[in-house]
Amino acid sequence: MHEASASEALVKMVSEEARARGETDGSPYRVARIRLVVGEATGYMRESLEFYVGASAKGTPAEGAVLDIRYVKPLLRCPSCGLEYERRRFTFECPSCGAQGSMIKAGSEFYVDSIELEPARAKEGAVV
Amino acid sequence: MRVELKRAVYEENDRLAREINEELRSRGIFTVNVLGSPGAGKTSLISRLAEALAPDRLSVIEGDVASDIDTRALRALGIDAYQIETGGDCHLNAPMIRAVLGKMRVPDGAWLFIENIGNLICPAEFVIGEDLKLVVASVAEGSDKPYKYPAAFAKAAACVLTKGDLAEAVGFDEAFFKSGLASVAPNAPLFPLNGRSGDGAAALAAWLRLARGTCGAPAEGPRLEGG
Repeated sequence: MHEASASEALVKMVSEEARARGETDGSPYRVARIRLVVGEATGYMRESLEFYVGASAKGTPAEGAVLDIRYVKPLLRCPSCGLEYERRRFTFECPSCGAQGSMIKAGSEFYVDSIELEPARAKEGAVV
Repeated sequence: MRVELKRAVYEENDRLAREINEELRSRGIFTVNVLGSPGAGKTSLISRLAEALAPDRLSVIEGDVASDIDTRALRALGIDAYQIETGGDCHLNAPMIRAVLGKMRVPDGAWLFIENIGNLICPAEFVIGEDLKLVVASVAEGSDKPYKYPAAFAKAAACVLTKGDLAEAVGFDEAFFKSGLASVAPNAPLFPLNGRSGDGAAALAAWLRLARGTCGAPAEGPRLEGG
């Protein structure tokens, strides 16, 4: 469920963008690529996003779009040596001195950075 | 053709949540979004806070996947409670709150508690019009929760630890829990609370009154780069 509602919102956003550009330019577009930025703290998994975006996109201008995901890691600061570092999996420890760091950025990004549009080819059943 | 968007996936939800928050604030209502696992003690916490804060000026929105058990329990205590049954959705979102607020009569100047769906994952992702989030964890869930669900703890203004009387029986490692909480939410105070006896409710209520007086715009990690 977590990724399902996210994927629906994502597909709606990029499809509306493709439709709006198509109307402006007088010829329909399809979404070829979606560049998504995801903070690790959100817990959105690549495989699940790919699956649900693929499913939600059927019959929309985003059908068949490649999902290009860039993950952003949480950032921590070490209280002992002051080092700022990205969180490694399963630990909050400072890679330099081993003290337990505090999160200064959670990694809560979840946005579409850009999309790649290309002219839509006529396809039966597709709503463009 | 490359089109720069830089648009948050939940921008519509976030915009509606801001509207809801502004509207509630304009009526002097302070809104708390309560997160926690199933069985963490969210409903008991809210009923204890109702006693300690203002029983006649406190409304509750209860989120559940199914059933209105909690709403009936709160109403039996004389608390003004409304049910959202999501029918499977694992979190509350701003449109759900907008819809239920239309059916409620939250008094001006009241406290509004929103009990989110029992789940530490998705509810952390959605702002729903709250001024702050409280995260509730029980010792019975284990001491590793801040490590396993950092987002829910990182976004909370305070953490409530319930069922402390079971700590020994379940082998709860308090130092480990506190250390994890300090890493993900260095500024969030921890309040022990016993839902059955009510012990600890007064201290949490005092903190909430203070937070209500000093709370600026609601804190939420930005969706775009740098969050």
